[in-house]
Amino acid sequence: MTFDAIRANKLRSTLTLLGISVGIFSVISVMTAIKTLESSIESGLNVFGTNTFLITKDPAIQFGRNEKYRNRKNINLDQYFQLKERAKLPILVSGGDETQNVRVVTYKDKKTKQAPRVSGGDYGTLRTVNTYIADGRNLTEEDVHLSRSVCIIGADVVDVLFPFEDPLGKVIQLNGINFTVVGVTERQGQSFGQSQDNYVFMPVTTFLQRFRGKSYSLGITVESESSELYSETLDEVIGALRAIRKVPPGEENDFEITTNDELMETFGSFTGSIKIFAFSISVIALIVAGIGIMNIMLVSVTERIKEIGIRKAIGATRRHILFQFLTESVFLCQIGGIIGVIFGIAAGNVISLVAKVPAVIPIDWAIYGVISCSIIGIGFGSYPAWRAANLDPVESMRFE
Amino acid sequence: MSNLISLNQIKRHYDVGGELVKALDGIDVSIKPNEYISIMGPSGSGKSTLMNIIGCLDTPTDGTYQFEGELVHEMDDDQLASIRNRKIGFVFQTFNLLPRSTALRNVEVPLIYSNTPKAERLEIARSSLISVGLGDRLDHKPNELSGGQRQRVAIARALVNTPSIILADEPTGNLDSKSGIEIMKILYDLYTKGNTIILVTHEKEIAKHANRIITIFDGKIKEDRANENMIKAL
Ligand SMILES: Nc1ncnc2c1ncn2[C@@H]1O[C@H](COP(=O)(O)OP(=O)(O)OP(=O)(O)O)[C@@H](O)[C@H]1O
Ligand SMILES: [Mg+2]
Repeated sequence: MTFDAIRANKLRSTLTLLGISVGIFSVISVMTAIKTLESSIESGLNVFGTNTFLITKDPAIQFGRNEKYRNRKNINLDQYFQLKERAKLPILVSGGDETQNVRVVTYKDKKTKQAPRVSGGDYGTLRTVNTYIADGRNLTEEDVHLSRSVCIIGADVVDVLFPFEDPLGKVIQLNGINFTVVGVTERQGQSFGQSQDNYVFMPVTTFLQRFRGKSYSLGITVESESSELYSETLDEVIGALRAIRKVPPGEENDFEITTNDELMETFGSFTGSIKIFAFSISVIALIVAGIGIMNIMLVSVTERIKEIGIRKAIGATRRHILFQFLTESVFLCQIGGIIGVIFGIAAGNVISLVAKVPAVIPIDWAIYGVISCSIIGIGFGSYPAWRAANLDPVESMRFE
Repeated sequence: MSNLISLNQIKRHYDVGGELVKALDGIDVSIKPNEYISIMGPSGSGKSTLMNIIGCLDTPTDGTYQFEGELVHEMDDDQLASIRNRKIGFVFQTFNLLPRSTALRNVEVPLIYSNTPKAERLEIARSSLISVGLGDRLDHKPNELSGGQRQRVAIARALVNTPSIILADEPTGNLDSKSGIEIMKILYDLYTKGNTIILVTHEKEIAKHANRIITIFDGKIKEDRANENMIKAL
């Protein structure tokens, strides 16, 4: 009988559904979007491998400007070499820097279309970004010490500049400066909708000479031998760097240490507040929708007073009538909820299309969504259903 | 034989804007099983009010009502609903069918409230409609049926839980004479099968189908007599 009534009041039922759908839609789409971002950011963050941490002058994620960081000394090449000397525990200390100032890379008449990332580093840098040499060789200590004009190129650069040739030993130009290709890295594919293979990479010393002036600050990646030695390594490196940078005892570090966990945490607290925001929005939307449901159910009860009277006259108990109207309101709410969930997931996943990361379905939120719809159906449907159940049969049958 | 229905000084008063309307004003009636009773009286005399009270739809302002020896005012909602559902079949002047449901569905509803299993329900509802001659109108909605057909659906619905008492409040009031005769035949048939029939009417000819005629006036019983010349609607 629920279905008879719903079918007979298509327009009204549709409008009611819409309210619920919008409420559920808002929360599901935001949650899906966040899940999508989370999964892609997690995979993005994992570029920096386990047991590693990063030392920089400024924090990796920074909200607004802060004078505290502005007055800090840069991390220069000398400090980096000293740290490499002094720190005994790390299995890898690798300094590097990056520029966006190189617009094109050319080889003979060929040019890259998209500006590649150009960075300086050493033999360890590839390891810190989880990449391997596919052909040729890695950078060596010698390359760094002698500031050799050599470079390693990513698969995208190979595709454009050397479609039919072996790149090894060829000379390419970055802003008119010659570099000899000594290695090619394995293709990594995309993350966050961006190719990870569009780069040129050279000794950090060469990089600084060619592309940087006096003012630069290196990022140093440190890897400990194992997770057991991680905190010990961290302590040693911090101590060494404080000594090198002459930080007086008792004062705080004038550099930042970023671990994988910290990055996740910072991101987590950021998405956390978005979640709370989306959640409050949808709570409000659902309350409004709930009031809508209540209103429409009251109208529905009024419209069917005669029917209720007839039903009672032929044997319906209060419970039967109560149940009839509650089922109707819960059913309406759930249909609305399911529509909201479907569209919400679709909308949330549009982000995954844009960001070119795998789509996700937040099963947990979908379930919460449908459950909360049922609760709204019961909560806001109770009063109208109670009114219906307590109608007087004779009065109701007289009602026109 | 013990009384099936026993009304003792039943009153039903309404307060309409400060004015007291005495729809029923001290009714004493006892009804035994398998009586066929007509209730007559002018418009506004309280016939429908009396029917509603007998049918456990309405509660008297004063007086006691015993149904099968039990005091009705001591029963709770579930018990009253159960009496309406299983013991009494109500037929109204205005049919009172569910407008959006098919004939079959309308007849099925009392069986839902008596927790009859689905398959059985459909079977009983169908044969009940066939017994009133509507086997070919199962899937018609009320507005697709004639008045006489609607009233027969209402009777099929009243009979579906095999109640012992049929309450019919002017069942032929909205029908042409031919349809009216058909309805009277069905009621007479039920009477011969042992049911108790209580029929409200203001037409003398219709009232003569009963073996006892009660006349009320202004909420009081004016006459209560046996009808020797009962018309047998065959
Ligand atoms: N809900 C009500 N509120 C106030 N007065 C009512 C109500 N129901 C019935 N009455 C009054 O009670 C009296 C009896 O009404 P009832 O419907 O029983 O008459 P009836 O004999 O069935 O008349 P009819 O032949 O026209 O159907 C009438 O005067 C009516 O106005
Ligand atoms: Mg009447």
